[in-house]
Amino acid sequence: MTTHYLILSGLLFAIGAMGVLIRRNAIVVFMCVELMLNACNLAFVTFARQVGNLEGQIIAFFVMVVAAAEVVVGLAIIVTIFRTRRSASVDDANLLKY
Amino acid sequence: MGETITFWVLAVVSVGAALGVVFNRKAVYSALMLGTVMLCLAVLYAVQDAPFLAAVQIIVYTGAVMMLFLFVLMLVGVDSSDSLVETLRGQRFWAIIAGVGFAALIILAVGNAIFAPQTGLAMATGQGGYIRSIALLLFTKYVFAFEVTSALLITAALAAMVLAHRERLAKKATQKDLSKARFLGDRPSPLPGPGTYATGNAIDMPALLPDGSVAESSVNRYIARYDVEHGHLPEDPKLAEAIKHRAEEESK
Amino acid sequence: MESPAEIIQHTAGGAIGVSWLMIALPLLGAFILLVFNRFTNRWGHLLGVAMSLASFAVAVLAFVELLGLGEDQRRRAVRLYEFIPSLKLDMGLLVDPLSVSFALLITGVGSLIHIYSIGYMSHDPDRRRFFSYLNLFVAAMLLLVLSDNYVGLFIGWEGVGLASYLLIGFWQFKPSAAVAAKKAFVVNRVGDFGLLVGMFIIWTSFGSLAFKDLGAQQIGTASDGTLTAIGLLLLLGACGKSAQLPLQSWLLDAMEGPTPVSALIHAATMVTAGVYLVVRSGAFFEASDVASLVVTIVGVATLLAGAIIGCAKDDIKKGLAGSTMSQIGYMMLGAGLGPAGYAFAIAHLIAHGFFKADMFLGAGSVMHGMNDEVDMRKYGGLRKYMPITFATFMVGYLAIIGFPFLSGFYTKDGIIETAMEHGAWMGWLAVLGAGITGFYMSRMIFMTFFGEKRWEKDAHPHESPSVMTVPLILLSIGSIVLGYFLIMDNRLMHFLAPAVGMPEHAPVPHVFSTTTVGLSTLALVAVGAAIAWMKYGRAQVPAVQPRGSFLTTFARRDLYGDALNESLFMRPGQWLTRIAVYFDNRGIDGLVNGLAAGIGGSSGRLRRLQTGFARTYALSILIGAALLTGALLLVGNI
Repeated sequence: MTTHYLILSGLLFAIGAMGVLIRRNAIVVFMCVELMLNACNLAFVTFARQVGNLEGQIIAFFVMVVAAAEVVVGLAIIVTIFRTRRSASVDDANLLKY
Repeated sequence: MGETITFWVLAVVSVGAALGVVFNRKAVYSALMLGTVMLCLAVLYAVQDAPFLAAVQIIVYTGAVMMLFLFVLMLVGVDSSDSLVETLRGQRFWAIIAGVGFAALIILAVGNAIFAPQTGLAMATGQGGYIRSIALLLFTKYVFAFEVTSALLITAALAAMVLAHRERLAKKATQKDLSKARFLGDRPSPLPGPGTYATGNAIDMPALLPDGSVAESSVNRYIARYDVEHGHLPEDPKLAEAIKHRAEEESK
Repeated sequence: MESPAEIIQHTAGGAIGVSWLMIALPLLGAFILLVFNRFTNRWGHLLGVAMSLASFAVAVLAFVELLGLGEDQRRRAVRLYEFIPSLKLDMGLLVDPLSVSFALLITGVGSLIHIYSIGYMSHDPDRRRFFSYLNLFVAAMLLLVLSDNYVGLFIGWEGVGLASYLLIGFWQFKPSAAVAAKKAFVVNRVGDFGLLVGMFIIWTSFGSLAFKDLGAQQIGTASDGTLTAIGLLLLLGACGKSAQLPLQSWLLDAMEGPTPVSALIHAATMVTAGVYLVVRSGAFFEASDVASLVVTIVGVATLLAGAIIGCAKDDIKKGLAGSTMSQIGYMMLGAGLGPAGYAFAIAHLIAHGFFKADMFLGAGSVMHGMNDEVDMRKYGGLRKYMPITFATFMVGYLAIIGFPFLSGFYTKDGIIETAMEHGAWMGWLAVLGAGITGFYMSRMIFMTFFGEKRWEKDAHPHESPSVMTVPLILLSIGSIVLGYFLIMDNRLMHFLAPAVGMPEHAPVPHVFSTTTVGLSTLALVAVGAAIAWMKYGRAQVPAVQPRGSFLTTFARRDLYGDALNESLFMRPGQWLTRIAVYFDNRGIDGLVNGLAAGIGGSSGRLRRLQTGFARTYALSILIGAALLTGALLLVGNI
C-alpha cells in the first residue's frame, strides 16, 4: 500500500505545482501551495507507518502549524496588495524586474 | 481490504478535487474543492494510524485555514474570476509538461522502489498508547521546535495585524456630518421604494412618480443588471428601458 | 698639500649657535607673506627686505665670530635635531669659511636686490608675492650652503629650484614665461636625478651622508670606479643647476622672469650652486682624476659656448645670460683644478656675483626707463640719459672683461694661470674665452650706451629712482675692490683653507702680472673690444637684426642646443609615448573594454530572464526540480 499512497502524494503535489504555475489569482495560487504541502504531509504520514516511527507524524504536525502561520501572513499580504492595486493577480505585481 | 477500498475511493475523489482546484475559474469553487481534498486526506491519515493528525487536519485546515481563505475571498470579491487567456508565452505549455513530467518521474521512482512489509506503529506506540507517545515526542525531543513554532505563530498573528491594519486618514464621520452631507447633496429625501404606484410590488419593479414617469433609482443596480443578464425584463417597454438604463449605469 | 680641518661640534652659543636664524627668518617672511597674502600688500615688500637684511646681519656676526677662532677651529657643526633616524642623519648646519662666504654673498647681494626690487616692481600689482618668493629663495639657498649633509643640501637644492620655477614664471600670464619656467624645472630634474643617484651611491658605499664622515681619509677605501661614478653623478647635478653643458638650455629662457630674479638667482647665487657642490664634494673629485678632468672639460666647453652665444644675442638679458654661462664655466674650470683652483673659483664666484648682479640690475634699470624694451638694437646713446646706470654698468663691464685692477682681472686671471699649469690646451681656450668676452661685452656697451638713438617713438629714457641706483652703486664698488681684496696675499685662499684645503705651492699674486699668459689675455680682450668698436661703435647698428652668417645663426640659436634636445630626447620620447598610448588603447584598454563590453552585453541579454513574473520563476524552479529528480533517477540513487 505504501506505493499507492506515495503515488497519490506525488500526483497531488504535481497537480498543486501546475496550479501554482497556471493560475493567476493569488488566492488560488495560495490554495495550490497548500495542496502541495498537504501532499507532502501524506507522504510523511505514509513513511511514518512504513518505518514504524512516529516522528514522521510529528513533522507533518509541524508542517501544518507552519502552513497555518504562512497562510495568515500570506493572505494579509494579498489583502494589502489588493487594497492598494485593486488586483489580486500575481502577474500585476511585476515591478521587481530588469 | 477495507483500507484498500477506502484508499481507492478517496484517491479518485481527492485527485479529481485537486484538478478541480486548479481548473475551476471561480476562486470559491477552488476553495471548496480544496476543502474536499483536505477532508479526504484527513480520512487517509486516520486510516494510516494517525488519528491525531486527522483531527488536526480537520480542525486546523478545513476549519481555520479554509475559513480564512473564504474570508479573504469575500474581501477581495467573490465574483472575481480569472480570465482564461494566458498572458505569459509558453507558460501553460511548459507548466503542464513540467508538472506531468515531474509526476511521471515520481511515479517511476516510487513504482520501481521495493518496500519492505509495513512495520506498523504498534511498536512505536507500544507503551502508553498513541496520544501519549505523540505527546512524549512533542514535549521532549521536539520541545524546542515546538516552542519556536509558538513564537512563529505569535509573530504571524502580529504580522497579519500590522499588514492588514489600515490607518484612518480622515476623521470618522458622525451622524451630524452625514446629515449635513445629505442636505447639501442633491437628494435630501430617501430613494423611492420599488413598486410604488406600479402594477406590481416585486423588488425589480421600478416605481412610478406622481406624474407617471419612471423613477429609475428605485431599483437596485445589481438587481437591474441581473434582470438584464437573465432576460427578466418587464413587458412594459418604458419600464424595460428604465431597467436597462439602470443596469448600464452600474456597468460604467 | 694641506688637507681640510676637522669639523668640530659647536656647543657654545653666539651667532654661530643661532645660525639657523639665517634660514628661519626669510622662511618666516615667505610664510607670512604667502599665508596672510593680500593683507600684507601694503608692507609686504618692507618685511621681505627686513628679513633679508636680518639674515645678512646674522651672517656678518657669524663671519666675525668665525674670524675670531683659530684656523683649525673654523669648521663648526651646529646640530639642530634628529632628522632621519633610519639614515642615522641629524639635521645640522655647517658653519665654515666656505659656507659663510656663500652666506655673505647670498644675503648681501640678496638684500641689495631686495631693495632694488622695491623700486623695480613698484608698479606690479603682485609685488608682495614677488617678495615672498624672493624670501623663499634666500631661505632655500642658505639651507643649501649651510647644511652639514647632502640631504639638507638636497632639500635646499630643490627649494631653490622651486623658487626659481616660481620666479621665472612670475608673470605666468605670458605663455613664454610659463614655458620657460617649465623648461627650467624639467631640465633641472635631470640634474637632480644625477645628484640623487650620487647620494644613493655615497650612502651605500660609506654609510653616511654627513660631510664630516666624507673627508679624504674616510673615502680613501673606496674603489676608483665608485669614486668616479659619484663624481660624475654629482657633476651632472651641478651641470643642471649651473646651466653647464649639456644641461645649459634652460638658462637663456629663464630670462623671462623679472630682472631682479635674473640678477639674484640666474646670475649671482643659484646658478653657482653647482660650483659650491663641486667644491664641497672636493674630496670625491680629488680622488678621481677622470671626474675632475670631466669637470674641467665641461667648464671649458661651457665658457666657450656661453661666450659664443653671448656674441649673437640682441636681447640684453639673454646676452648677459650667455655671459653668466660663460663665467660659471670659468668657475667650473677652477673647481675642477683641485685645491689650487678652489680659491680662484670661489673668488671669481663672489666677484661675479657682484659685477653680474650689477650689470643685470643695470640692464633692469635701462629697461625700466625704456618701457621694458630688451632689444639692444632699439637702444643707443643712453649714457647721457642714465648717467648713474651707465657708470655702474661700465664698472661691471670693465670688471667682467678683466680690465686691470678690477675684480675680474684678478679672479679670472687666477683661474687661467692655474689652468695653464694643469694643461696648456685648457689654459689657452680659457684665454680665447676671455677675448670673446671682451668682444661681446663691448658690443653690449656700444649698442646700449653709445651710438645714435634707435628708440621706439614712445620711449622716454630717464634715470631710475635712488632705491634702484643705490644698490647699483654699492654693487659696483664691490665689483671694483673685491678682486684685489680677495686675491692679494691669497686672502681668500687662506680663509678657505680650513674648509677646502690648501695647495702645496700657493701662487704668488701680483698687483699686475706680467706673465705671457696675463699679457696675451689682456691683448686678446683688447682685440675683442676693438672689433666690437669697429662693428658697433663706429659703424651704424641696424635697428633690424640682419640675417647674419651661418656662424651667427648658430650662435643665435643657442648653438642648436634646443634643436639637439628636441631631436635626441623630445621626439623619441614623443614616439615612445605614442606607441605606448597606442598599445594602451588597443591592447590593454581593448582587452579590458572588450571584456567589459562582453559581460555588459551578455548581462543585458541575461537580465531579460528577470521578467518580474513570479510564475515564470516558479516554472523554472519546477523544471529544475524535475531535472534534478531525473538526474538522480539516471544515476540510480533513488
